[in-house]
Amino acid sequence: MRFISESPEERAQCYRVLDNDGQLIMCSNFKKVGEEIAVKMYTDMVTLQTMDAVFYEAQRQGRISFYATTIGEEAINIASAAALTTDDLVFPQYREPGVLLWRGFTLQEFANQCFGNKADYGKGRQMPIHYGSNKLNYFTVSATIATQLPHAVGAAYSLKMDRRNACVITYFGDGGSSEGDFHAALNFAAVMEVPAIFFCRNNGWAISTPTSDQFRSDGVVVRGRGYGVRSIRVDGNDALAIYSAVHAAREMAISEHRPILIEAITYRVGHHSTSDDSTKYRPVDEIEWWRSARDPVARFRKWIESNGWWCSEAESELRNNVREQLLHAIQVAEKIEKPPLAELFMDVYDVPPSNLCEQEKLLGETVRRNPQYYPPDVSL
Amino acid sequence: MATTSLRTIGRSVCRVSRRGFSTSCDDKLVQPSSKSTNLYSAINQALHIALETDPRAYVFGEDVGFGGVFRCTTGLADRFGKSRVFNTPLCEQGIIGFGIGLAAMGNRAVAEIQFADYIYPAFDQIVNEAAKFRYRSGNQFNCGGLTIRAPYGAVGHGGHYHSQSPEAFFCHVPGIKVVIPRSPQQAKGLLLSCIRDPNPVVFFEPKWLYRLAVEEVPEYDYMLPLSEAEVIREGSDITLVGWGAQLSVMEQACLDAEKEGISCELIDLKTLIPWDKETIESSVRKTGRLLISHEAPVTGGFGAEISASIVERCFLRLEAPVARVCGLDTPFPLVFEPFYMPTKNKILDAIKSTINY
Repeated sequence: MRFISESPEERAQCYRVLDNDGQLIMCSNFKKVGEEIAVKMYTDMVTLQTMDAVFYEAQRQGRISFYATTIGEEAINIASAAALTTDDLVFPQYREPGVLLWRGFTLQEFANQCFGNKADYGKGRQMPIHYGSNKLNYFTVSATIATQLPHAVGAAYSLKMDRRNACVITYFGDGGSSEGDFHAALNFAAVMEVPAIFFCRNNGWAISTPTSDQFRSDGVVVRGRGYGVRSIRVDGNDALAIYSAVHAAREMAISEHRPILIEAITYRVGHHSTSDDSTKYRPVDEIEWWRSARDPVARFRKWIESNGWWCSEAESELRNNVREQLLHAIQVAEKIEKPPLAELFMDVYDVPPSNLCEQEKLLGETVRRNPQYYPPDVSL
Repeated sequence: MATTSLRTIGRSVCRVSRRGFSTSCDDKLVQPSSKSTNLYSAINQALHIALETDPRAYVFGEDVGFGGVFRCTTGLADRFGKSRVFNTPLCEQGIIGFGIGLAAMGNRAVAEIQFADYIYPAFDQIVNEAAKFRYRSGNQFNCGGLTIRAPYGAVGHGGHYHSQSPEAFFCHVPGIKVVIPRSPQQAKGLLLSCIRDPNPVVFFEPKWLYRLAVEEVPEYDYMLPLSEAEVIREGSDITLVGWGAQLSVMEQACLDAEKEGISCELIDLKTLIPWDKETIESSVRKTGRLLISHEAPVTGGFGAEISASIVERCFLRLEAPVARVCGLDTPFPLVFEPFYMPTKNKILDAIKSTINY
């Protein structure tokens, strides 16, 4: 009689391509990235980083109601997106706007959603950062944790049945891996044999809950085996490692009709959101160390510079340009009016039922009677 | 109002039968290709038709592969293949979450929950995801192709976990529809409408009637409209509203009341949300009295919504308070089931006290 130990003899290996100084690790196998893709990856990482700084400030100034940054996870966002095609479906959690950015979502489109104005594709119905784009195959963010995981499996099944040369990727955090939907999704994905990449951003924190309070396993990667799912652990701050792993995962997922679990080890440098002050539950010097010594953007910059594809002039020009564009986008978004009141009642169903038509009529009468109680930037 | 809904049904006409069930097709008017069919067979026919008419329709859930614990999915896997009709792992939140993803890609996903009593693990997916999928995305995405089927209601010996009527929980969720058929002929047409409706729908099937209810059901493809209530018995003294298996109990009460000179109008609500207020209101304006009956516990049951809405609309017309004859506020009991249930005698008592108010 032999019990299987609760923990393995050694922890799962972590795949890396670049060392902490952005130099290639000698014996590491990786998918080569050419100059054009590499530079786009880098500029998108910088854009994401800058967007976070500017929008976070905008929230602090009261111009938008809420924001959540992706600081520290720029490589995860951009490199994973770069390894996919736009035909691959994305089911995000909420810390993956970089995937949208890579696919072509504009700074103005991000700003419009954050302001919930008339140009927001979500029609002002959800909080900021709840982006979505059917054109870019990026399913709308919902704040509920891990609920997107089983959706991704159903969608992947559809791709398989339609014989599409595409997969789905779905993102979630270390906290999300504790949800029942994680268990449900991985199990279903394995049994239904679907082309789905499960990408875990293990950034060490679920708001204030460290991973030591989240699970007792060796992280999330080991759970894959529990469901019959092939898995890999990667350095989440190494853009090339992420790119290679996602590229390989995509091929396996599509050609073998199987799910793949990727656990990217990283650190959430920013607070959980603008409603959080993480210095209350973790040391400031820990945060600052990860912000500077382990910055995935700086690390990738070193690599592209060592290839002669980047320089400091390009750097300052990029950062200045992006910052200006962002400030402009915010100014424009702020001035655009909110969606009309009718949008409150649309899309609950495909066609508004009689109870909603009645409520819309009554609400209109109420607002006309006492307009002073209602925000003036929503037209009747 | 009543005749409008009868007319719009189109191919089949339903009248009160003497057979003891609240609906049957008038033999003279029924098309030739109609057969004596029970509820689970009628549902099975609807599923066959759904899969045959749409190559992107799927049926899945626990044990559906061999035909299902109530035989509703018999023959589907053999006919359409295991990639379109398949078993899922035992996980309701996974079944519904998977169904949402499938529907979001434009497929018709018909998910089965084995008993309505087990739908709760999927409640988050239904309420927070399916119901809001279209709205939150600004109509960029939708999961309208999702239909969730679950057997509900008393079965004589089901106890706490094989008898529940959870419809009220779902009636409080904007963005989904809740539909409950009363009979085989109704079930087939309503289920096909639910599957083809561009909104996520929860379809509760009265398990008591799976074998017990038998009537003529057309063999062809037909649909019955959603959000249209049907007056299945005309009367002038009191309006009774119900759904599902309860209607046949109410119908017996109506027959007994008639012997005492009380003329009852009986309405099948069919779609609980969005519900047809106009038909109910029009009937209450005629009769001045309303009685609602459902198996689910009375407190917070859907009868409360109907009562409140009708009182708002018909206060001055009402001759008596709105009566509700419902399940007790207890978990569904086993040996005490006959005491718990809103039986014919309770309904008759309530009819009489409403008339005599």
